[in-house]
Amino acid sequence: MGYLDWLIAVPAVGALVVPFIPVSEERRSLIRGFGLAISLVELVLAAVVGVQFNSHASGYQFVTDVHWIQSFGVSWFLGADGITLVLILLTALLFVIAMFAMKGVKDFRAYVGWMLLLEAACMGSFTSLDLFAFFVFFELTLIPSYFLIADFGMGASGKAAVKFFVYTFAGSALLLVGIVSLVFIHDSETHRLTFSLPALMDTHLSGTTQLLLFLAFTAAFAVKTPIFPFHTWSPDAYRAAPIPAVVMLAGVMAKLGSYGIIRFDLELFPSTARSLAWLMLTLAVIGILYGAVVAAGERDLGRLVAYSSLSHMGFIVLGIFAFSTEGMSGSILQMVNHGIYTAALFLLLGMIYERRGTLDMAKLGGLQKRAPIFAAVFMLVVMASVGLPGLNGFIGEFLILVGTFITHRWWAVVAVAGVVASAVYMLWAYQRVFHRSQADASPFGEIKLKEALLVAPLLALIVLLGLYPAPLLARIDPTASAVVQHVLAAKGPVSDGASLPAVVKGVK
Amino acid sequence: MGAVGFVVLFPLLGFLVLLTFGRRLGDPVAGWLGTLAVFGSFVSAIVVWLARLGNEGHPYVLRLFDWFSAGGLHVNVSFRVDGLSVAMILFVTGVATLIHLYSIGYMKGDPLYHQFFVYLNLFVFSMVVLVTANTLPLAFLGWEGVGACSYWLISFWFERPTAASAGKKAFIVNRIGDTGFLLGTFLVFEHLGSVSFSRLTAGSLNLSPDTATAIVLLFFLAAAGKSAQLPLFTWLLDAMEGPTPVSALIHAATMVTAGVYLMARLSPILALAHTADLVIAIVGVATAFVAAMAATAQTDIKKIVAYSTVSQLGYMMLGIGTGAYTAAIFLMITHAFYKALIFLGSGSVIHSLNGEQNIRRMGALKKYMPITTVTMILAWLSIAGVPPFSGFFSKGAVLENAFGDSPLLWAAGVITALLTAYYMGRLVYVVFYGTPRFEEVTHGHDPHESPSVMTIPLIVLAAAAVIGGLLNLPVSGFGFLGSWLAPVFGTAQAAYPMSAGLKDGLMATDAVVALLGVFLSWRAWGGVSENPALERKIFFNGWYIDAFYDRAFARTGTAVAEVADTVVDRQIVDGAVTGVAGVARLVGGAGRKVQSGLVRSYLLIMVGGLIVMLGYVLTVAAR
Repeated sequence: MGYLDWLIAVPAVGALVVPFIPVSEERRSLIRGFGLAISLVELVLAAVVGVQFNSHASGYQFVTDVHWIQSFGVSWFLGADGITLVLILLTALLFVIAMFAMKGVKDFRAYVGWMLLLEAACMGSFTSLDLFAFFVFFELTLIPSYFLIADFGMGASGKAAVKFFVYTFAGSALLLVGIVSLVFIHDSETHRLTFSLPALMDTHLSGTTQLLLFLAFTAAFAVKTPIFPFHTWSPDAYRAAPIPAVVMLAGVMAKLGSYGIIRFDLELFPSTARSLAWLMLTLAVIGILYGAVVAAGERDLGRLVAYSSLSHMGFIVLGIFAFSTEGMSGSILQMVNHGIYTAALFLLLGMIYERRGTLDMAKLGGLQKRAPIFAAVFMLVVMASVGLPGLNGFIGEFLILVGTFITHRWWAVVAVAGVVASAVYMLWAYQRVFHRSQADASPFGEIKLKEALLVAPLLALIVLLGLYPAPLLARIDPTASAVVQHVLAAKGPVSDGASLPAVVKGVK
Repeated sequence: MGAVGFVVLFPLLGFLVLLTFGRRLGDPVAGWLGTLAVFGSFVSAIVVWLARLGNEGHPYVLRLFDWFSAGGLHVNVSFRVDGLSVAMILFVTGVATLIHLYSIGYMKGDPLYHQFFVYLNLFVFSMVVLVTANTLPLAFLGWEGVGACSYWLISFWFERPTAASAGKKAFIVNRIGDTGFLLGTFLVFEHLGSVSFSRLTAGSLNLSPDTATAIVLLFFLAAAGKSAQLPLFTWLLDAMEGPTPVSALIHAATMVTAGVYLMARLSPILALAHTADLVIAIVGVATAFVAAMAATAQTDIKKIVAYSTVSQLGYMMLGIGTGAYTAAIFLMITHAFYKALIFLGSGSVIHSLNGEQNIRRMGALKKYMPITTVTMILAWLSIAGVPPFSGFFSKGAVLENAFGDSPLLWAAGVITALLTAYYMGRLVYVVFYGTPRFEEVTHGHDPHESPSVMTIPLIVLAAAAVIGGLLNLPVSGFGFLGSWLAPVFGTAQAAYPMSAGLKDGLMATDAVVALLGVFLSWRAWGGVSENPALERKIFFNGWYIDAFYDRAFARTGTAVAEVADTVVDRQIVDGAVTGVAGVARLVGGAGRKVQSGLVRSYLLIMVGGLIVMLGYVLTVAAR
């Protein structure tokens, strides 16, 4: 078994074992320890993959390819390139933190079980190069996240969980149809039934077919990311889910969407991706500005961060569809960066909620006076999210914007307004929560050692990746360049090749 | 010249040490440590300067490491030592050292004493990075870094809602400008394939005039934000909510001049963009005039000085726009001396009057605060441009070049010079002369002179403000700054042919105008503390520009955001998407069941889907 197999197997087996660990109710913290141990092993595994990764290659590494269900062309086909690698590292890290972050949970057994299953599903989604396996893992993320939101969430979590489920499920249904159709067409062309991504990339598709398939695939990813206007599940879900689950939802699972776009939309339907770039870029820019405007109108911190996430994911989509290496590398790096500062932001929101029982900004205020260190930590994360140079949010944003500017100038010009807008809503929120004198007399405890240790790795990464992102970029850039080349080199769709010159002009 | 590394390193170390141990070090050790760090930086800057003497021609670049690269974009962390950056680090670290020293006394007893120096050191670090960076993104790091420090320091007393809002406003307005910095950087990258200043040398650039104009105007947007030019200057007035040493260091001497520095650094491109240069010159002189008029009617001592700063920054931009880069930098340096002095002097007054900032409740302080009074008068004469004080030479140089470009620009500048001498005179007379009006705030105690940690910086700055003109005398062989900066600006610098007689005439005009302004202020304000005829409401309210912004943008924007959140997103967008889903469900006939919220249903559907897919594929395989 290769490293990638272990990455999936370790948490999967862990999830299966959890229900049967023979400990009594009084010693259930052992189960928590078990979950922590598994996630730490996973982090070590991911780190080993990172160290052994050949940063000069753009192809798939650590490939496992064995027949799984031979009769209908499904194989256990895993591989990692630069994109996969950084997302694996992010996932492994955030799961460790989410495991440590769980608090006030009654049913540890279920909680740890679902979390481990979610981790296995995420790892599987990021590494699968077989469309069948990808779909299974992609769907598998839904079940644990549903239960995590519904059973452990706060407030109207049941309703939010249903909304989340229905939205993502609708997208997935289309994805399923898309996958099956694509496999079928490929089969009728080559008489080879396969779900393998590299094989399916050679399928000849007519313009309309390619367009429909692109839309079907994109629907699923657009909901997950989320891309405007498919985002309305996210504020409810982010607000209702328990903090460790939001860390996973916003930090990791949102990246499943943008990852899916790069890995499947761009690899399988490059010429449609190119001809629909204007649409995706426009949706991205709308998302950036719209998310920011709505965030500015929010009174609830949790929902505010959800909308800011919509805005920031818009930047990531923008960089992807700019089709320049700078933009693509920036987007991939930004997936990691966004995961890190959003996770930190939600952890801090959790600490506020724990102390005050509310995230309504009108009911908070003056916290900096009471907890200066907590406020300073919060400020650092806010600045990372605003994209202050020297912190990690800046580099991705800068690369995305410069990459978009050189290929699709006017979209970048409009998107730059998002840089101003993020400062508006973030600093406004900070002012309402931390400045002023205290709105009510109840105390607000300073950050505790345990809490500090929880966010410390994220804070360190915010600074480190802001000043020295080279190790990640060196691994991302070859892959990003290869993807962009693939898209730009793709010939037009079979039937309407005539429009090709216009398309190419539009790109460069 | 590698010592430039230490110029950057010392304030960074100071920041890190104070951040970690500042609370324990406390008052006043934290303050002394912070001052020492900046002083170390100043000493290193002198070492760099000495090392450069004699080989001024070639820039030296200290390259540390690759910051980030992707595709064709490579950005490294490297620092540039040339005439311009050395001039900048010398005066920035020098003035910063004095203001740190002053702050030890001024901030005494503040509960957040150590934190003040944490921010201040981080500010100096960012500022030094900004002026020595060899790539645009690294300069942007400094640029945004000083902006962030400015935000933290303006809202230092964050429990005051006005302070918190003012800090936020400063950051946001600057961010509007920063979009220009980003887009300008992108254009430079697109056309030159590099974002390094090494690529920008006068005469070697192959840019079309349109491209050059676009680049310059974009960067000027950034500069207008940072250097408080029309129409983005309003934040600087609110910035006076910060502690006075902050106003002196950040909002007078150093950070606000960053926009001027940036334009000077981009002089090779400016030389190709004549339309843009004209825009800069006009905006500059308009800013100078508008702000000077507003300064004549303010009653808050810091607001007078803040408007004065805006006005002086306008002069610097006038210099930039007319291609007089050396004159602009010369004015920037002398301005740093006398404006820091005016702020610190005002701070000294405010300090002794228990925080009072209204000049109506001051008066007759000459008797109680002799050092502050004398240094303030020297600063007044300097900023007014009375010969032979430093302002006479530096402002004169800007005006002379403006005349060469267009007599109209010059005329506007001269009128503003008259106003400058007048409004500062008003400040001096109302605050230090006339009748004492401070009983309410001092409760019978007499005001007292500030301690020596505060007066020593005043004296040093006063000396610099008086003799600063020596840096660049308009006599051949004594234009030190000019010859020092010549290799940097090269052919980008404009040269206006003028007869010696014309030059002398212009200088004489400057001198007469300055003395006239001094005279007018004495006539109007000697022994008077209030005169509604001379303090028009429109100028008191800063031409209502800020009130207009508040109505047009802040309130409308808030309303839009709230509607977007409560109506548009929750009802329209969510409703539309849910509606589509609802229709689909009705068509499917399983609507009720799906809505019931039973996960089992969904799981069944999902598993069902998978089975269908498997079955489908299996039939194909069995074919």
